[in-house]
Amino acid sequence: MTVVAARGLAKRYGDRRVLRDVDVDVAADGFLLVTGPNGSGKTTLLRMLAGLAAPDAGELSLPARSVIGYLGHEPLVYRELTPLENLALFGRLYRVAERRERAGMLLERFGLWEVRHRRVSTFSRGMQQRLGLCRVLLHHPSLLVLDEPYNALDAAGAELLDGLLDEPRAVVLATHEPRRVERRATQRLALA
Amino acid sequence: MTYARDVAALARKDLLLELRAKETLPSMLLFVVSALAIFHFALPHGTGAVAALGLLWAALIFTALLGLTRAFVPEREQGMFDALVLTPCDRSAIWLAKTLSVFAFLVAAEVVALPAFGVFFAGVSARTVAAVALADVGIAAVGTLFGAIAVAGRARELLLPLLFLPAAIPVVVGGVGGYLWFLALYDAIFGLLAWATFEYVVAES
Repeated sequence: MTVVAARGLAKRYGDRRVLRDVDVDVAADGFLLVTGPNGSGKTTLLRMLAGLAAPDAGELSLPARSVIGYLGHEPLVYRELTPLENLALFGRLYRVAERRERAGMLLERFGLWEVRHRRVSTFSRGMQQRLGLCRVLLHHPSLLVLDEPYNALDAAGAELLDGLLDEPRAVVLATHEPRRVERRATQRLALA
Repeated sequence: MTYARDVAALARKDLLLELRAKETLPSMLLFVVSALAIFHFALPHGTGAVAALGLLWAALIFTALLGLTRAFVPEREQGMFDALVLTPCDRSAIWLAKTLSVFAFLVAAEVVALPAFGVFFAGVSARTVAAVALADVGIAAVGTLFGAIAVAGRARELLLPLLFLPAAIPVVVGGVGGYLWFLALYDAIFGLLAWATFEYVVAES
């Protein structure tokens, strides 16, 4: 079953053409690896596939917002809130059942349980990225859209992410360094 | 009910952020008291009550502008609009929650501003207090919408005053004149417009 289907996607910013004629199909258990140099349109494409940006041309079919988990260049958490407060807020907005238990389980898994009452602004970038991954997983998404997710993660954090990518769900992942995830990829898209 | 709970959760988040950062409200309080003090010394003795009331409204509008400039700072600096827009909650709930928190900041600033006006000029009537409360609703509703538009733009510091100040002219007219029905009408019309159009402001581009 196809989760994401795109035909002839194109995007311009002013005079600059960022994407042209991009086709994407991602199956329910597929893994699309997106590579390319800086400025090749990886982030633009991933924002489209997460439903955050509209293409100028082409057709795009996406699942409901409630089943997409998106991690961009920022962890997308409030820095003046604690991890528990962040996950409680997003759990509420995503209508997650038993969100306290779910938040606790994710914070344990990503090694943040001990700092659950500390403000995120006191965290290192790597810890913030871990919390960003907790937010992404909170609502049991069936499609993960991850833009350079290994950025700022230490070896332990990267291993946790590896484990997450092994779980059966659709994944679209963009990276400069594809070696780490290459073996998981069922499809590749190289943007120029 | 789900909508109301979403609004409550988002508004609680805004109030919690302000409680911790303590950036917006202290700035608004300092600004409004300073502005009233400046007006007090700038106005010649024997100035009429209507002129003084006009200055109160000017001070309140610019204080509101200061608060509105700060309203979307966490969403702008931490990219949080993306995170909020991705959730399945109704996008107008984001606007309503932010409007409620802006309204709360305005009321808190006026709890200090109105007695300060009494010290520097003259006590305010119950009609003026009612006018200020009604004006706060419209200012928060329209200002929050314009704040979100400005956040999406490039020259955001310039854009917000350019959008907000012309829209605030009817509020000043209604406030100085004490036309409560006019302010209520403004709140109803512009509140509804802001609620209905917010979705398009945060729509993907």
